Amino acid sequence: MAHHVTRREFVKRGGGLLVGFSLIDGSVAPRLLASTPRDSQAAEDPSAPPDSPSRLDAWLRVDPDGLVHVFTGKVEIGMGVETAFAQIIAEELDVPVSHVRFVMGDTAQTPDQGGVGGSTSVSNGAKPLRNVAASARAMLLQAAAPQLGADPAQLEVRDGIIINPAHPATRVSYGAVAGRADLHEILQVTGAGFSLNVEGAGTPKDPSTYRVVGTSVPRVDIAPKVLGTFRYVTDVRVPGMLHGRVIRPPATGAHLVRVNDEPARRIQGYVRTVVKHDFVGVLADTEWGAIKASQAVDLTWSEPAANLPSHDSLYTWMRQATPKASRQTLPHGPSTSAGAGDVESALSLASSRVEASYEFPFQSHATMGPGCAVADVREGQATIWSGAQKPHALRKGIAELIDMPIEHVRIVWVEDSGSYGRPGFEDAAADAVLLSQAAGRPVRVQWMRADMTAWGAKGPAVVCDLAAALDEHREVTAVRFTSRAFSGGEILYQPSTGDNFLAARLTGVPNTSSVDEFVSWGGQTPAYAFPNVQSIAHVVASLYDGPSPLRTSHLRDPEGPAASFAVESFIDEVAAASGVDPIALRLKWIKEPRAQAVLQAAAEKAGWQSRPSPAGHARNSAGDVLKGRGVALGTRNGTYVGTIAEVDVNRRTGALRVTRFVCAHDCGLIVNPGALTRTIQANLVQSLSRAVHEEVAFDDRTVTSVDWRTYPIARMADVPPTVDIVLINHPELPPGGAGEPSSRPTAAAIANAVFDATGVRMRRAPLTAARVKAALA
Amino acid sequence: MSRFSLTVNGQSHTVDADPDCPLLYVLRDTLALNNPRFGCGLGQCGACTVIVDHHAVRSCRIPVSSAAGRPIGTLDGLGTPEHPHPIQQAFIDEQAFQCGYCLNGWVMTAKALLDGNPHPSEEEIRRAFQGLICRCGSHVGILAAVRRASGHQA
Ligand code: FES
Ligand code: FES
Repeated sequence: MAHHVTRREFVKRGGGLLVGFSLIDGSVAPRLLASTPRDSQAAEDPSAPPDSPSRLDAWLRVDPDGLVHVFTGKVEIGMGVETAFAQIIAEELDVPVSHVRFVMGDTAQTPDQGGVGGSTSVSNGAKPLRNVAASARAMLLQAAAPQLGADPAQLEVRDGIIINPAHPATRVSYGAVAGRADLHEILQVTGAGFSLNVEGAGTPKDPSTYRVVGTSVPRVDIAPKVLGTFRYVTDVRVPGMLHGRVIRPPATGAHLVRVNDEPARRIQGYVRTVVKHDFVGVLADTEWGAIKASQAVDLTWSEPAANLPSHDSLYTWMRQATPKASRQTLPHGPSTSAGAGDVESALSLASSRVEASYEFPFQSHATMGPGCAVADVREGQATIWSGAQKPHALRKGIAELIDMPIEHVRIVWVEDSGSYGRPGFEDAAADAVLLSQAAGRPVRVQWMRADMTAWGAKGPAVVCDLAAALDEHREVTAVRFTSRAFSGGEILYQPSTGDNFLAARLTGVPNTSSVDEFVSWGGQTPAYAFPNVQSIAHVVASLYDGPSPLRTSHLRDPEGPAASFAVESFIDEVAAASGVDPIALRLKWIKEPRAQAVLQAAAEKAGWQSRPSPAGHARNSAGDVLKGRGVALGTRNGTYVGTIAEVDVNRRTGALRVTRFVCAHDCGLIVNPGALTRTIQANLVQSLSRAVHEEVAFDDRTVTSVDWRTYPIARMADVPPTVDIVLINHPELPPGGAGEPSSRPTAAAIANAVFDATGVRMRRAPLTAARVKAALA
Repeated sequence: MSRFSLTVNGQSHTVDADPDCPLLYVLRDTLALNNPRFGCGLGQCGACTVIVDHHAVRSCRIPVSSAAGRPIGTLDGLGTPEHPHPIQQAFIDEQAFQCGYCLNGWVMTAKALLDGNPHPSEEEIRRAFQGLICRCGSHVGILAAVRRASGHQA
């Protein structure tokens, strides 16, 4: 099994000059072993615990050959954050991007930065890295100064070489001085998790001088992936490893009555079946043996009463359910307007009203790789290789799950397929842990497709009811927003509790760590400054309290696409009712200049003609295909997105085709425009998929969306021929989040375009051909 | 268990396997080739694509017994870091992917497509890829890469 060595032991054995917290097993991070002995004094320094983020060398070290190793609790989930970080480090240190190497998310070597979530990796997570690099630079210059006969302030750095500009021949490399630099300087630590920050002696550069940040450096991970040399977590192989498969109950509430593994025993390589309450897994020497055994083992389950409402009645059920929790924002409005703050009377006094309800279904993470983990739980120690995007939280959760001191649990993060929140990679890790614990051997669990699509965590279903009051000039005087949603925190999105995991629920552990997450106006939606606004948010209890395939958690931008679908469709309805252009109405009521700017930039790129919707083709056109255009705005923690969709709607079949997207995007300072453009394009396609195709189906017993046939997503034919991205750069602002915001406006932009084309309003997502056809009939 | 001889990327291997075992698991678990990848095991996503007799096939759906004795090509054998295959180079130049977990399917399907039809039309490209899944939505970059690899203006 992986041997745990303290940092100090490692150093004594001739470890690196500047090392992360502790060791590392060579198979995972062999490059770390390549460093030369360091002066052991520094390592013995008792003033700071070796794993303290207050130590510079906990974050960064420089090899004698000039390679810069950076240790971060953030991880790559497929959007290029490793490259953005490399650019930021390279910028501060003046080293080539190719000299920066990362250890990400290994809990034995990296500080707890909360992992990945909320599009914060660059906006928050890069801050300590930038400061650490600036401080390392300051320390290295200080160490080089006597030798170069100059003040540190006079020295320059080019490609990792420190130069005295007065005597350009006088130079020394970072690698050569690194041994003399005091890189275990004490940093000042503030915050924790996502907001963990450190500051030291160095001052980061003025962004106006950036040369690497802001350029389209190729992503460091793409070439190795395309060349087939990249290792995902699915490729981790540990000596003596068994293959595991898990078997889920056939219905919510079904309990295991009898296990007969006799048929499995005939399968080559079969080792055993592990049963713990309703958790069942099989183990075999080979992966195929495990798959066959999981099909062969004869399980008898109880037949519980139907526990779920029928899929058809979901939204009725949500509206009728007594909310589990509610939150109201006080009605507010500028004190000068008549009736300010009184939404009810504004609505009752209105000369006309617009009222509409919108529905957004459960959606599945349905990750490309269904989830995989390797666990080695033996002799009071646990090592887990997992692609879960919050490794430090996972460490806490696993420790609690198996009641092991947290110091004995180590998560080695290794990239899995694209992860957009809390997909279930966490649950696969817990499965592997329980199976390894039972077997006393390392176990690799690879989820099958149905484990992920049907049993992975779900994005919550959301219904929103909106009402607007219009005065006699058809001006909006008040808006009321009411949401009802399952909580995106029903399974805590931090897998930091033992009850978080599906395996825990199946072994009978109740879920006590869920949190209520509210869907509110201005929270997951733009905050239009109408004279009176009231936002009422209800959380409804989960459909089934036991282990359920409809457990909800974070899926890319929790509730953002659902709530923005409602509000941005509604704004369009108000514009249509007022007879004004939908961009003009938004520009009037959204006050943030950057939100206005993305709408204007998108309009300009799209050649938007100012006019109200609908276009009126439905009456005038003889053909089957109607064309329309729609717009929507997305705002999220200081990032602004304006999306325009152009669609063709076939009024005979209901099929809709997005022919063009224009997306104007402002996330502050842009670190890598090329990578950002690709991430936005991909987010547009993924959110199109969610808008048009994706809906988790279920019957009254369980989820029936189990694979790519029963949970269809966008394919090549859905991809718009034209996707125009307009990037708005703000070098004077800090870099903001870019992973999620562009998933917000897409569904409404498409639905608004359908309205523009047909005059028919689609208020239920996804906008499948059958639904559009029915609406047009 | 039976013994099979497999020719993968020009190298021959003798493996002991259950004749029904899908080729995917033999390539991954017995031969430790990390590409193809497991995505669904149902023939629905393409992550496990390999080339057998010049056709892109889904290795999760063909038993090892039927692949024995036929030339099998995988991503690992396409090019090397020093000499990437032009299709790989096009995908790298276009920075086509997000997580890249799906890419084995797209790259190997592109190989089979362009081997048979070096200059496919936009329609032909889209049709050839209709059976593949990319959960991240990297399709715009993928289309650009295939156009680039087929000599179209990127
Ligand atoms: S893994 Fe073979 S098609 Fe999906
Ligand atoms: S790039 Fe992530 S699945 Fe295709």
